[in-house]
Amino acid sequence: MKKKIGVYVCHCGGNISDHVDIEKVKAAVRDEADVYLVKNTLFACADSSQKEIGSDIENEHLDAIVVASCSPKLHLNTFRGVAQRAGLNPYNYVQVNIREQSSWAHSDNKTGATEKAILLVKAGIAKAKESEALQSLKIPAANVVAVIGAGVGGMKTAIGLADMGTEVYLIEKDFFVGGRTPQWGTVSPNGDEGAILTEKLYKEVVRRPNITLFTGAELVEKSGSIGNFDLKIALRPRFVSGNPSTEAMQRAAEACPVAVKDDFNFGLTNRRAFMLPAQGQFPQVPAIDQSACTRCGECTAACHEVDLTQEVQTITLHVGAFVVNTGFDPYQPAQGEYGYGELDNVITLPQFRRLMEMNESELVFNGKKIKKIAYIYCVGSRQDDDEGNTYCSRYCCTATSLTAVLAKKKFGNIINFHFNRGIRTYGKHELVYEAASKQGDIFLQFSLKSIPQIEKRGNKTYVKVKDILTAGKELETEADLIVLVTGMVPRKNELLAQQLKIPTGRDHFFNEIHMKLRPVETVIDGVLIAGTCQSPKNILETVNSSMAAAAKINSVLTKGELSLEPTLAKVNPAACDWCDNCSKACPFDAILQTEINGKKVARVNESNCKGCGMCTPVCPTDAIDLAGYTNAQVESMIDALAEA
Amino acid sequence: MPKILVFSTEKISDPAIDLAGLLKKHYPYTVYTISVPCSSCIKPRWIMHAYEKGFDGVFIAADGSDCSYGESCSDRTAEVVATTHRLMKEKGLKPSQLKMAAICSVCAEPFVKHITSFMKDLSQKEN
Repeated sequence: MKKKIGVYVCHCGGNISDHVDIEKVKAAVRDEADVYLVKNTLFACADSSQKEIGSDIENEHLDAIVVASCSPKLHLNTFRGVAQRAGLNPYNYVQVNIREQSSWAHSDNKTGATEKAILLVKAGIAKAKESEALQSLKIPAANVVAVIGAGVGGMKTAIGLADMGTEVYLIEKDFFVGGRTPQWGTVSPNGDEGAILTEKLYKEVVRRPNITLFTGAELVEKSGSIGNFDLKIALRPRFVSGNPSTEAMQRAAEACPVAVKDDFNFGLTNRRAFMLPAQGQFPQVPAIDQSACTRCGECTAACHEVDLTQEVQTITLHVGAFVVNTGFDPYQPAQGEYGYGELDNVITLPQFRRLMEMNESELVFNGKKIKKIAYIYCVGSRQDDDEGNTYCSRYCCTATSLTAVLAKKKFGNIINFHFNRGIRTYGKHELVYEAASKQGDIFLQFSLKSIPQIEKRGNKTYVKVKDILTAGKELETEADLIVLVTGMVPRKNELLAQQLKIPTGRDHFFNEIHMKLRPVETVIDGVLIAGTCQSPKNILETVNSSMAAAAKINSVLTKGELSLEPTLAKVNPAACDWCDNCSKACPFDAILQTEINGKKVARVNESNCKGCGMCTPVCPTDAIDLAGYTNAQVESMIDALAEA
Repeated sequence: MPKILVFSTEKISDPAIDLAGLLKKHYPYTVYTISVPCSSCIKPRWIMHAYEKGFDGVFIAADGSDCSYGESCSDRTAEVVATTHRLMKEKGLKPSQLKMAAICSVCAEPFVKHITSFMKDLSQKEN
């Protein structure tokens, strides 16, 4: 039993103290038996607080500590580290979650949240009293990472990991790597070409022997845990083998009679079921779209490398971790949203970027020459509706300003009208906004309460707005083309989400544990996220987070072993009568029979025990317990929580 | 208000309950969680202890098929529930005071729904 327990109650800024009365919590636990000191702290995780806790352990000779703060997922290891550095066994530390499970869950009821927090802290103290010093075990971990998604971010993660000595499986669902970047043309802030960026990265990927690239590949099964995941990957057939000549590829595409909307051009053009790689898409080897192909065989005559007998292959891989970098989809406006789908001169920003790439000296859309362009910002971003996308998509103000500059530069006589809600070209991108302003672009600002109105009169289209920048004056302009500046939404990845069980936030993007403190880790150990599958980001930010994910997971796996929780089963031989129930229940063959003084009893093989505890409820004499979850610990917690 | 004790699993169900808090999906504050590595390690005596100490209901947030310890988890947890039901019968407790549902890491909404409906059932029985 521990006799000198230190209790620390965290405000977490106001995240906890806004809804939980910290002083009441302190007062309620101060007189608990064996509690030696109780302190509150603005941020328990701050360096100064950690030092104070460490000093208390050393100077006051505390034999257990309780920190009531956030989820253990965030800071369990932080405070175990504090304990260890101060000479206290880390398993004599108990973390109590009064943020996610009290202040946030009951932010509608301060009294209730406080009452609950008091009992949770008392239960934590009860557990700490019964805690034992435990030693971690080590298990081998594969220094191999599956990177899911081979856009710019995924390729950067793969290259970063490979250069640190990690073996990488780079798994791309499409037949071509590069993601969205090759679709954009010139990108901010330094005018790189998307296709060239992709090409450079692809060349770096293929020249590294410790990166294996799979295209047309999808994760279909996963088992295991961090350090040792087994996965199955389904490889869809490309139906083309080897490297056909450009002429043969072209002939086959021309021979293909099936036309479908071309996703690369966001539906502005059609492509064939025999898909040719676009500039910036790699490998530069064609693939046949199985969902559209009628198997007419026309392409086989034109290109000898076509092989329609190929089938789906399933391969198994063993990895230590995943980095998910699956990117985003552009927001798809609803039918009629700012005239989209109803007026023939309303398109989205991604479509406009493709239109600019496809036009040479003159900007023409639907046979009409374009001079006046109206950009309507924040379409699908910063929406007010609870069901809408309330977030800012971050990239769009910059992308639109740059688009306007590029359009004027490439096509000359262009007039750009920016109907915006406040321009957010932060950091180095501000120069792009400056360039758009200097070239004479017109910026008009609206609020969500008074959005621009589109009106067709005769064969002309007009955009009308109450402009905030001119004291709410109603202004109107004619526009040849209306470009909806659409935001980002998470890419549809139902199968992947189902396999990896990554939680999503209110915005439906994948959720990190903590956006500042653990920005690329998820609550699933060994599953990291990076890039725009996590939140809207520009390319620069995507690359930053992708490199962060590479560094983070390499630091975990590079040692080749992981520390296992020492919460293993333990047998009380005096109470054991060897009935074999525990051995039958154990899925890991971790329980053996042994003899002590002529009595047959159970023994735990610690190297096989995984600490699940399946063996413990089946024992008829209650002779087996799980360290850290003993009867004494759990029942004393229940006693504390049951207090009136 | 009835009191519910939740046994939740550290790797799979805890994240869902945390996510419910993060998303400010409110549920009654008299719901308390004890974390365990796997739902199959919950001892019937712990559940009975909770009733003895005044809890009205016990909810097992199980790993289901997502359990990292293997497929036998669901069957083992079901055995825990069956054994506990026998013990509850002996003590005159209703089987409906013990609920189990698979709560995976993304199941914030289902957790809140399960727990709110359980609370409602327990409240009606008390009245």
